[in-house]
Amino acid sequence: MPNLLSDSLHKRQTVLDALFRNLTRLAAFSVLGLLVAIIVSLVIGSMPAINAFGFGFLTSSDWDPVNDKFGALIPIVGTLITSGIALLIAIPVSLGIAIFLTQIAPLWLRRPLGIAIELLAGIPSIIYGMWGLFVFAPLFADHVEPWLNDNIGTWPILGPFFSGPPMGIGMLTAGIILAIMVIPFIASVMRDVFDVVPPMLKESAYGLGATTWEVMMKIVLPYTKIGVVGGIMLGLGRALGETMAVTFVIGNAHELNQSLLMPGNSISSALANEFAEAVGDLYTSALIELGLILFFITFVVLSLARMMLHRLQQREGHGA
Amino acid sequence: MVPDMFDLYLRRRFINALGLTISVLAMIFGLFWLGWILWTLLEHGLPGLGMHVFTQTTPPPGSTGGLINAIFGSIMMVIIATFIGTPIGILAGTYLAEFGQRGWLAPVTRFINDVLLSAPSIVIGLFVYEMYVIKVGHFSGWGGTLALSILVIPVVIRTTENMLRLIPNSLREAAAALGTPQWKIINFVTLRAARAGILTGVLLAVARISGETAPLLFTALNNQFWSTDMNQPMANLPVVIFQFAMSPYSDWQSLAWAGALLITMSVLLLNIAARIMFRQTPNSH
Repeated sequence: MPNLLSDSLHKRQTVLDALFRNLTRLAAFSVLGLLVAIIVSLVIGSMPAINAFGFGFLTSSDWDPVNDKFGALIPIVGTLITSGIALLIAIPVSLGIAIFLTQIAPLWLRRPLGIAIELLAGIPSIIYGMWGLFVFAPLFADHVEPWLNDNIGTWPILGPFFSGPPMGIGMLTAGIILAIMVIPFIASVMRDVFDVVPPMLKESAYGLGATTWEVMMKIVLPYTKIGVVGGIMLGLGRALGETMAVTFVIGNAHELNQSLLMPGNSISSALANEFAEAVGDLYTSALIELGLILFFITFVVLSLARMMLHRLQQREGHGA
Repeated sequence: MVPDMFDLYLRRRFINALGLTISVLAMIFGLFWLGWILWTLLEHGLPGLGMHVFTQTTPPPGSTGGLINAIFGSIMMVIIATFIGTPIGILAGTYLAEFGQRGWLAPVTRFINDVLLSAPSIVIGLFVYEMYVIKVGHFSGWGGTLALSILVIPVVIRTTENMLRLIPNSLREAAAALGTPQWKIINFVTLRAARAGILTGVLLAVARISGETAPLLFTALNNQFWSTDMNQPMANLPVVIFQFAMSPYSDWQSLAWAGALLITMSVLLLNIAARIMFRQTPNSH
């Protein structure tokens, strides 16, 4: 039956196959193209600033649009400090949530509670910002910051970080809001990662008489170490690039203060506040260079995070 | 039991109870913020929410008005951005799942896509500003749409690939055994079987871009008036909320709260809808 599948029909299908395959390949390529385009356009946009300030841009704390003198030190430090505070708070809390969701909660409660935590991640960041500015910051200024001043503010080494006028807005507030924002991200990665542990390992430990806490600390955590760190890095990447929540509460002051209660600035909030109004090529270009620095930092952090999570997944494939 | 052993046993019991209690407290701590933020939104947003919000445009300070131009602008930009980003995302996700077994392109794309998934959205705004806004010389609705569509792509790629991987290979083999060409297998068998899951991803992407503010700040900017021209600066809810909330006028602030309530409720509803839909697929795990 040579004519059942006629030659021309067969040929057409082969052509369509190739066409479709290459169409999808083109789409995949466009993702790479997008990344290259982002990097190239940011580099081109920041060329004037790179030429004008060189590497000094990274270490200078100038920010003087009138005299066209710009440096990235204050926003970079602000970004790192707020993200650092966020992680300090978010890591233990996320760990607790993940332990609760995987080990303690009754089965019927795990799904709804997991969804509730994921909804927290779904709330747009501008809402966190508004809530932080209008609800959290006033309470923080009235009740927490005076206490910090009176108690920790008098300590020898930590003191200077926690003394200052109780304004409510500042680096510490921004860090706390960021922590609330990244908790759901870190917690859900940790939960997924804890689920990877082979039940055999856990059951053997339980069989030897280990308590739930001991199984968690001595079996689950060591087994998932890489994944947990990966999840934390993922949260860090989010915190570093977060814009609106920080912009509302950080105070947007180009100052370097030892006190965490004082206002500061982060890369993303400087961009959000100043970019649309920036006049002059050098000013715009300096802001774009800030964006380039932010993209570079988050790219490195997120890449590390993905590599770690990937390594855990591979072990899952090979292991028990 | 030897007293020493008994002490050790008690201590281990105590540490266990302490650790588990702290975990429960951490869970309560996390839920506490969700409750508090939602409560604040209802408390401040409901009083400002009335028919006027949906019938009038954004007012100058001191007079009454609504958010209709911002709501319209947001809906327009989100819909068009979804229609631009989704096909690219589905095609690329299909490549990763169906053709990506060999070669360097698939692993590299997967990695870059995962990084782009959490890349700072404000940088995407800068990128569109550089590539589009400067070239045309003014802020515009198209600029905002472009920025949002770039944010859609990674989300859709991720879910498309994941969903296609859940489809059992026997389905593909059965179709191939009937002599079906590969493009037909993918389009009419595997993609169709993964339909609900992919739609979930699209809904999640819509939820994500509906609340995005940072990439719109220097692409779509804002427009005080009713405008349907995508080539002009376009009002949108997030930027209006940002401007109104930061303003000293109390009527603007109450509109900002109403807008915030609207956005959060839509985003949460989309999230919940996506989850319900995913649960109905036969292939969910």
